[in-house]
Amino acid sequence: MSKNVQSARSDQTQKGQQEQILKVENLRKTFGGITAVADVSFHVQKGSITGLIGPNGAGKSTTFDLITGVQRPDGGEVEFNDTEITGYRSDQVANQGLVRTFQIARELSEMTVLENLMLAPQNQAGEAVWRAVLPRARTRVVEQEKELREQAWEMLELFEIEHVAHESAGNLSGGQRKLLEMARVLMTDPEMVLLDEPLAGVNPTLEEKLIDRLHTLKEQGYTFLFVEHDMDVIMNNCDTVIVMHQGSVLTEGQPDAVKNNDKVLDAYLGEEVKI
Amino acid sequence: MSTGSIQARAEGWLGNNDVRLLVALALAIGGLYALFSVVLGFQLNGTVNTLRRVAFLSAIYAMLALALNLQWGYAGLFNLGAAGFMAIGVYTMGILTAPVTASPPGFGLPLPVAIVGAILMTGVIGGLAALPAIRLRADYLAIVTVAFSEIVRLTLRAPEFANTRIAGVAFGTGGATGLSLPSNPIRILFYTDPAATAPAPNALGAAIFSAVEPLGIEQTLVIGWAYVVVLCLCLGLLYWLMIRIGKSPFGRVLKSIREDQQVTQALGKDTRLFKIKTFALGCALMGLIAILWRLSGGYASPRMFKPIQTFYIFIALFIGGTGSPTGSIVGGALFASLLFEGPSFIRRVVAEYLQLSNAPDTLVGALAQLGTLDVTPLLAYSVQDVSISALRLMLLGIVLVYLMQRHPDGLLGHRKAIASSVDLSQQATQEDDNE
Ligand SMILES: Nc1ncnc2c1ncn2[C@@H]1O[C@H](COP(=O)(O)OP(=O)(O)OP(=O)(O)O)[C@@H](O)[C@H]1O
Ligand SMILES: [Mg+2]
Repeated sequence: MSKNVQSARSDQTQKGQQEQILKVENLRKTFGGITAVADVSFHVQKGSITGLIGPNGAGKSTTFDLITGVQRPDGGEVEFNDTEITGYRSDQVANQGLVRTFQIARELSEMTVLENLMLAPQNQAGEAVWRAVLPRARTRVVEQEKELREQAWEMLELFEIEHVAHESAGNLSGGQRKLLEMARVLMTDPEMVLLDEPLAGVNPTLEEKLIDRLHTLKEQGYTFLFVEHDMDVIMNNCDTVIVMHQGSVLTEGQPDAVKNNDKVLDAYLGEEVKI
Repeated sequence: MSTGSIQARAEGWLGNNDVRLLVALALAIGGLYALFSVVLGFQLNGTVNTLRRVAFLSAIYAMLALALNLQWGYAGLFNLGAAGFMAIGVYTMGILTAPVTASPPGFGLPLPVAIVGAILMTGVIGGLAALPAIRLRADYLAIVTVAFSEIVRLTLRAPEFANTRIAGVAFGTGGATGLSLPSNPIRILFYTDPAATAPAPNALGAAIFSAVEPLGIEQTLVIGWAYVVVLCLCLGLLYWLMIRIGKSPFGRVLKSIREDQQVTQALGKDTRLFKIKTFALGCALMGLIAILWRLSGGYASPRMFKPIQTFYIFIALFIGGTGSPTGSIVGGALFASLLFEGPSFIRRVVAEYLQLSNAPDTLVGALAQLGTLDVTPLLAYSVQDVSISALRLMLLGIVLVYLMQRHPDGLLGHRKAIASSVDLSQQATQEDDNE
């Protein structure tokens, strides 16, 4: 990451430990007869690692879709950094500094790993077609491309996938694709990242390293909300845990409190739970 | 820039495999048609004219394929209305340049102004036409554009607009008869007063005409070849432009839109804007290329812009392979020379050597003789003048089936250039323009 990015992050950490970066109120979404998200409200604290858990089909991924504008909510509000972003298109959400990964890794398979990373940064000079073409304006594009290339290589090293830098993303293994997705969203220079099961398919050694990375990045001021089915990972690494069940928030709180909550146990055992 | 660096650049260019490939292809096609001419017993003038026609069509289709490749190959925008946008370009130019006193009257603007106007018009209309469909799936864009192109053609053909007056301004499309266009602008190079009926050559014209006259080469042929040279320069420029776009961050976004629009959007790119810009730019280029095409003929008519025209460009693109500018040129040249022009030459060669004078009138008549293992009537039937376009279509079908089975990515489609303005294998900051 470039130096100015890092310093911006530490500024944020200093001033905003207690701020709520993301506020979700009464979010709702139905697909035909299925209510995927019934009524979801929660807040995420700036600079935290927050876990989002729940049985399969609880509505976690759909909640991510609603927050990031991939799907339009039927009701409810999303606020990010005190800006109401309900109904924003997903590119607008991303431009606010809120990005997400997909549960099923969606690498751009015909593009190389490096191209995937170079794509991500926002507001690139060369995204204006005339600047990309006209000789004079293009010098700036080339300058910026060099900077991005350096950032991309650093990111590859951070995630230890530099040996596949020139490989087509479609040729990566499942775990490598997950790493690529994470590296790619970080290249957008976000403030907050929503990770949908980032550790699925990643081997245990690498999993530990990745979790280490999350903590390092958290120290730099990033905020993470992540979905994960491995309870140990959630309990050991999250500041707060939100539990969803059948489209609603069952409970939220410190990992210990959540772990000992009977309702959570029942939900995971597939029993009827009163919300 | 010093001479040294120019020389280095030139060497770099010639060392470039793609450029070599294109030069080799041009020589091969040229050789083939020189051979046809010899077989058919053409004089020098006829041979040179054959080569001119093939080079002209190859350059035009190569450029059209490049423009379509920008939309379909780079961004995955399925434009089935290319012919319509070509028509808009040509007709806008024609109406803007037509003298106020002509029938149908026009605006009497100078050609360069009219060309700029036509490019803008095609670009803007392209952007607007794509607007409602661009958010939907690719097939909707295809439906909208093919319908749009037919609406354009039928409007241009409609007698209501042949010679009309809207808000006090008189102009017209000429309807089904067509519209006459300015004479070939390249004539300025050779004549003092190119607009005159029997113009006098200027110094350059006189020198060249008198030099080639003993060889039996006519003035129109010199002009035709000069025009082809200009077209080849345009083609080179467009090729360079497409490579630049492909390697730019803009091209990178297009590449990713083609693969997964949702992911691209989730990374903060306003995909709608990228798509509309690309579509408009592609349409504007098609308008311009169509102008270059028709300027040499001097007139335009609605029947030149039927959907089959769009189909031809797609075939050219599929032959070369989508996504690769070099492939577009290869595809355009192969399509124009072998599939488009080839059949009529084959017909002439066959007719010359088989003495096919009494071809049967119907396919049934042609097939009837097959029972006696006599293929001549069928051959004679298929190479008649009137069945050439049918033969061409049949050939296209065979080529398409073959391509789909053996080369689904086209001849060069597997070659995907890295989308970056710098060489990505370099890690440190250094001078390395990815050209
Ligand atoms: N596009 C859709 N159309 C119809 N139903 C959907 C759609 N997306 C999700 N659903 C339904 O909504 C419910 C919630 O799905 P979601 O993917 O959000 O669950 P999840 O909590 O992410 O589950 P998992 O842990 O298995 O990933 C499920 O019943 C699912 O079938
Ligand atoms: Mg899910």
